[in-house]
Amino acid sequence: MSAATPQAPAGKSPEGAPEHLTHAAGASVTMPPRGPEEQPRGPVIRPGRPVDQSGAAKRFMAAPQHLAMHDQRLWDLRQKRDRQMHGIEEWEELRQLASDIKMHTLTHLDHYLEEFERNALANGVKVHWAKDAGEHNSIVVDIMRSRGAKRLIKSKSMLTEECGFREYAAERGVEVIETDLGERIQQLDDEAPSHVVVPSVHKLRTDVAAVFARTLGTDPDNADANYLAEQQRETTRPLILSADAGMTGCNFAVAETGSVVVCTNEGNADLSANTTGLHIVSMGIEKLIPKLENLAVFVRLLSRSALGSPITQYTSHFRGPRKGGEMHIVLVDNGRTDRLGMEQFWTSLKCIRCGACMNTCPVFRRSGGLSYGATYAGPIGLIIDPTFNRHKYSTLPFASTMNGSCTNVCPVKINIHEQIAGWRKVLSENHEIPAFKKNMMKAAGAILSSPRLYRASLPLADSALRHLPRFIIYNRMNTWTRGREMPHTPRETFHQWYKRERGKDGKKGKGSNPSAKTGGDAS
Amino acid sequence: MRVGLFVPCYVDAFHPEVGQATLELLERFGLDVDYPFDQTCCGQPMTNTGCHEESRATEELFVKNFSEYDYIVAPSGSCVNQVRRNFTALEQTEEVTAVRAKTFELVEFLHDILKVDAFPWAEFPHKVALHNNCNALRGLSIASMSELRNERFSKPKDLLGKVRGLEFVDIARPDECCGFGGTFSVFEEGISSRMGQDKARDQARSGADYVTSSDSSCLMHQEGCARRLQLGQKYIHISQILNGSRA
Repeated sequence: MSAATPQAPAGKSPEGAPEHLTHAAGASVTMPPRGPEEQPRGPVIRPGRPVDQSGAAKRFMAAPQHLAMHDQRLWDLRQKRDRQMHGIEEWEELRQLASDIKMHTLTHLDHYLEEFERNALANGVKVHWAKDAGEHNSIVVDIMRSRGAKRLIKSKSMLTEECGFREYAAERGVEVIETDLGERIQQLDDEAPSHVVVPSVHKLRTDVAAVFARTLGTDPDNADANYLAEQQRETTRPLILSADAGMTGCNFAVAETGSVVVCTNEGNADLSANTTGLHIVSMGIEKLIPKLENLAVFVRLLSRSALGSPITQYTSHFRGPRKGGEMHIVLVDNGRTDRLGMEQFWTSLKCIRCGACMNTCPVFRRSGGLSYGATYAGPIGLIIDPTFNRHKYSTLPFASTMNGSCTNVCPVKINIHEQIAGWRKVLSENHEIPAFKKNMMKAAGAILSSPRLYRASLPLADSALRHLPRFIIYNRMNTWTRGREMPHTPRETFHQWYKRERGKDGKKGKGSNPSAKTGGDAS
Repeated sequence: MRVGLFVPCYVDAFHPEVGQATLELLERFGLDVDYPFDQTCCGQPMTNTGCHEESRATEELFVKNFSEYDYIVAPSGSCVNQVRRNFTALEQTEEVTAVRAKTFELVEFLHDILKVDAFPWAEFPHKVALHNNCNALRGLSIASMSELRNERFSKPKDLLGKVRGLEFVDIARPDECCGFGGTFSVFEEGISSRMGQDKARDQARSGADYVTSSDSSCLMHQEGCARRLQLGQKYIHISQILNGSRA
C-alpha cells in the first residue's frame, strides 16, 4: 500500500513501481471483472473547430467498465481527501493561508522571480527564461545538443505536456523516457495524460496489459498489476541508467533559497535528477513561493487534496548542481503573464495541480480526462484552457453543472465554478457559443421578459403537455427524453390555478383554511 | 409583513402543486402573501448560458414585480441564488440591490426569518432521502457541505425533523450534483442523464420511499431518471411535506 492509505508506511523502495499502481488503482475498490471492453479514446481534434467534449464523454459513458472504474476510483480519492481534511483541525485556515500566500506572490511576481533567479545563480544553477512553449522546447534541446546528450529521462511535468515537448524532442532526435509509471504507460500508448496527478487513471489493468504487450512484448493475457509493473521496470530501467540528461518539473520554487521542490510518490524525480550529470528543471513562473517556511503550508495541503494521503512519499529539494554536474532551470511564461492580467481569471494561477477538482467533479468522473482534448482537464482545465485558445476550448466551460464542489475542495481557494460562469459570459459576448444557442437565448430572453409572450408559450390548460415549454427546450430535437422520462403534465399551471382559486386580485379565498389536499399527490 | 411569492417558471408549468403548497404554508403563519401576476422567470436559463445581456430585461421585470414587498420568497434555491448572486446584468440601483437582498429561498425563510419551531399539521410517515440543490447548498449555504471542514448543520433537516413520523435515510453521495444544471440538462443531456440516473440509483439503494428537496428542478430531473430506470421511490417538494401532505 502506498499513498492510497492515510497511514501507509513509507520507506519502501523508491523504484517500487507497483506502489504507484496501487495508489492509482485505488486498491480499496473492487475492480470490475476484466473484459474485452476497448478503452475509449479522446476526441478527434479538428483544426479550427472547438473540441467536442460532449461527444467524447458519450463514448466514455458507453464503456460501462471504464466508466464505473473511473468514477469509483476518483470518488475514492475524494473520500480519502475528506478523511484527511477531518484529521486537520485548521484545514480551512490552511486553505486560506495558502490562497493568501499565492495571492501575495502572484501580485509581487516580478520581485520574487528576480530574487529566485539571483539565489539560483548564486547556487551555481543556470537560469533560462522562456516566453512561450517554443522557446522552452528549443532551450532544453539546445542544452542537450551542446552537451551531446541524446536520451532524456524525465519525471512528470504538466508544463512539458503544455509545451508539446515530447513531440518536439522526438522530431529533433532526442529520446524522452518518462519515469513516472502512469506517465510511462501514456507515453507507450502515445496518448496524453488524462489527469494531472494520476495520468492513466482512465485505463483498466487490461488496457495497460494491451499497451505493454504491444510495446514491451509482455503477456497480453496477464493483467496482474505486479507483473505489469515489474515488466515495465525491467524494460525501462536500462534506458534510465544509460540516459545522459534528466528533467524534472517543479511543484514549488522557493525564492529565498533559489531551490525547487518536487513531490512524487515513486521517487522518480530523484532518479531523473541524479542519474545523469545534467538536470534540467522546467517550471512555470507561477510556481514561486517566497520563503521556505511557506512550503510547509502547501506540502500539508498538496497530497491530502490530491490523493488523500498525508504527504507524498518523496518531497525532493533541488538546490544546485551535483558535484561536477550541471543544473538548469527554465522559467516558462507561455501565457501566464497574460493570464495574470485577466481581472476575472488571474487567480487560476494559484493552482498547485493537485487534481482535487477533477476527483470531485461529477462531470469529469463520468467523461474521462481525455474527453476535454486539452492538457488540463476537469474544472481547472475549463478555466485555464480557454486562455491558450479561446475558440478551440470554447465548449469546455459548458461541460459543467457549476455545482461548486470544485471550489470547495480547492486547497488554494480558486473560485473555479464562478470562473466557469465568467468564461461562459466572455465566450457568449465574443460569439464563441454556437449560433443556435445564442438565438435560443435571445428568444428565451424576449419571451421571459414579456408576461404576455411567456403565458402564450405555456401549454393550454386542457391540452396534454407533450413537449417542454419552448423557453426550456427550443431546439427541434427533444434531448430530454433520451435518458429520462418527461415530467407528468399538470391539468393547469400555477398561474391558472391561482386565477381560478383566488381571482385576479388574489383576494378570492385568501386566508381560507388551507387544506392538505393541495399538498398534492406526490408523483 | 408583506411577502411576494415567486413561482419559478418550471414550477408554474410542471409543478403547480409546489406553488400552491408554498402559498398555503406561508399563509398558515399569518403572512400577507401576494402573487404578482406579471411574473415570469429569474433569468437563469440565459445567465447560465453566459448570455447576460439577453437576461437583463427578464431581471428588470423581476425587480419591477417584486420591489414593493418586504420579502420575496421562492420554493427554489437555484432561482434565489440567481437573484441574490448573479443578478448583475442590470444596473445596480438601490431598488435592485434591495430586491436581491430580500429574496429568500423557502427553507431559509422559514428557518432564518420566521424561525418556525413547529409544523403541528405536518405528518409524513415515510422514509425520506433529502436532496440539496447545489445552488441552495453551495450558493445559499442551506446546509454544511461535505467538502468543507465546518460545523455540521442542515436547515432543511431542521425543518423536516419537526414533521411527525418522518424518518431520514442516508444516500452514499449526498452532496453529489444530480446533473440537472439548468440548460446543462438539455445541452449536455448525455452526462446530465447519467448523473441523474446514478443519483436515482443511489436513492433507491438507500431504501427511501420519498426523495425531497427544496428545488423542483432537481426533482423533476431525478424523477424522470428514476422512472426511466423503473425505480420505486417517489419525489415530493419540501413545501408539500411541511404543508401537511402525507403522501
